Amino acid sequence: MTGKSVTKTSMYLSLQRKMIWITLIVSVAPLVILGLTIYYQFSRMYEEKIEEQIRYRAGAHAKAVDLFLKERTAILGAIADTHNYEDMVNENSLSRIFRVMNAREGAFVDLGVIDNAGEQKAYVGAYDLKGLNYYKQPWFAEVMGKGIYISDVYMGYRQLPHFIIAVRRHENRRSWILRATIDPGIFGGFVRSAQMGKSGDAYILNKEGLFQTGPRFKGNILSQSSLNTTQFGGGTTIIELKDEEGRRTLYAGSRLKNDKWLLIISQGIAEEMSGLFTTRNVEILIILIGLVIIIFTSAFTTRLAIDQLKANDEKMDELNAHLIQSDKLAALGKMAAGLAHEINNPLAVILQKTGWMEDLLTEEEFQESENFTEYKTSLEKIEKHVERARKVIHNMLGYARKMEPRLEDVDINETLKQTIALLENYAQINNIEIRTEFSAELPVIASDQPQLQQVFLNLISNAIDAIEKDGHIEVKTGTAGSIIDITITDNGPGMSEDHQKRVFDPFFTTKETGKGTGLGLWISYDIMEKMGGSVSLHSQMGQGTTFTVSIPIVVPEKK
Amino acid sequence: MTFFFNVLVVDDEEDFLDTLVKRLKRRKINASGVKSGEEALELMKENLFDVVILDIKMPGGMDGIEVLRETRKTYPLTEVLLLTGHASLETSIEGMKLGAFDYLLKPVKLEDLLPKLEKAFERKDEQDQRIRKAEIKRAIRYS
Repeated sequence: MTGKSVTKTSMYLSLQRKMIWITLIVSVAPLVILGLTIYYQFSRMYEEKIEEQIRYRAGAHAKAVDLFLKERTAILGAIADTHNYEDMVNENSLSRIFRVMNAREGAFVDLGVIDNAGEQKAYVGAYDLKGLNYYKQPWFAEVMGKGIYISDVYMGYRQLPHFIIAVRRHENRRSWILRATIDPGIFGGFVRSAQMGKSGDAYILNKEGLFQTGPRFKGNILSQSSLNTTQFGGGTTIIELKDEEGRRTLYAGSRLKNDKWLLIISQGIAEEMSGLFTTRNVEILIILIGLVIIIFTSAFTTRLAIDQLKANDEKMDELNAHLIQSDKLAALGKMAAGLAHEINNPLAVILQKTGWMEDLLTEEEFQESENFTEYKTSLEKIEKHVERARKVIHNMLGYARKMEPRLEDVDINETLKQTIALLENYAQINNIEIRTEFSAELPVIASDQPQLQQVFLNLISNAIDAIEKDGHIEVKTGTAGSIIDITITDNGPGMSEDHQKRVFDPFFTTKETGKGTGLGLWISYDIMEKMGGSVSLHSQMGQGTTFTVSIPIVVPEKK
Repeated sequence: MTFFFNVLVVDDEEDFLDTLVKRLKRRKINASGVKSGEEALELMKENLFDVVILDIKMPGGMDGIEVLRETRKTYPLTEVLLLTGHASLETSIEGMKLGAFDYLLKPVKLEDLLPKLEKAFERKDEQDQRIRKAEIKRAIRYS
């Protein structure tokens, strides 16, 4: 019994574990896959969007910077074209022009006029550059040749980073150059206006990779940038780089000033992705909450299912035990009937033989025998014990054969009252009180009263015998659905599990030899089975025993 | 009171049969015993029996009920007492419906058997006497 229940318990446990695992895998896997897929798609979209944005910003800003340069060039060109050389070399008039130029959208630091020999003829500005000869400078030749020149940023005579715009004018077969320096502060500020957020940067590199405007991080104007400018193609190109600390940064490079300069707009991805990370964290949180709910739910539902299973199993076991009991009793009944019949014949012979011997003992010669009384009492004893055997067999045969219950109107409460009345005296002698608690709602049923009485008589007298002396017996009736239940509870010593199992077996008795045949409960069981009812017991050592008789309610036919 | 009448005991259990016959004879009853139905019917052809004690269950040969039928048909005045085991109680009831006088459960005590035997004989005897009286009346009428 214990071994069986241990295997069952471990079976339930492993079943429960399996069920929880399967539920978890089946419900968690889609959740995780869905979460990962959404996150992956979402992050790809996000990165594309960031790229798109930075590309757009680089392109637009490069155009704006180009426009800035073109505007400045155009102003210079217009001034040169609308003034003649004589006006320009006059420093008074030049400084007036310089003031006009700077009055709106200036950004010019100084302005100078250079003749075709490279000599600075007139100069307006903060530095004393008048008279310097630029003939040998490479830009001089270029501006003389192409008409327009915009320099890279350089230190020059003034030892400050700056760049110049120069335009050439042909006037009366003579060329002269109008040269202006752009305010590096204003230009740099303009370029930097494209910086975004905490990690964004915007600066210009020349072809050699020198900073043309000061970057926000890592580097100064005119120092060498770590970026390889050849990585960037025409138009706007995007590359992604990782720094030493693993931070990913997007660089968008856009060519300007006839491809001589490269506008770089950079942005740390982490910063831009922070929205995505928030979304990701929310997603993870939702999945985790979902997981917790799934775990609890699956544990709960599994518990429920296992409990149901256990209950079913217990019912099944009960049913099986009942079936085994019925089968066993039926087989024993058949065997007992056959056995009884076989014993009857020899008993009949024995009885005839003893009878014959008694007949002979009446004759005179035996009367005088000294052992006459011994013979006589021995024969009587033999007869007495044959009688005893005959009674056992008589009882057994009486119930072993098929006996259809005769149906009549039976009032269970009344039947019980009569039965108790029969036993009242016996109970009182032993100081046992029989208490009754009858339900007033019991219907009159169609059943076999003598047989029922026999069952009640067996059970109640057994209860009395179990108590032996001083105690009480409770007899209760009640209905449960279509069944009448009669319980007979004694406060006797109770029964061991082993006895409980064998109590309905024929010839099983705990009474002294000769006092009980061990047939009462067997017969009761048989009677109830044939009626379609049942008799069962519940017993605990030291606490007493309860027998429950269940009778199906069969409504008597109307007469 | 003792009556002197003829009894036939039919039982396949020889020890039982012999002893019962001996004990009946000791009580001044003219008893005979046979071990099978066939022998019983054979014997009845030659002798008139007042009561037949018949074991219902006899293995092999004719069974008790057949013997009973035959007896009732051929010797309607002869009373039949059935001996039966419990398992064949239904058969005893059937036998009584066929005209057996009564039945006795095996193992039977002689003290239980004798009164029934006497009653069966009384009934047979009364019938015989009624028949005799009727015959006398008839003899007187036609004389």
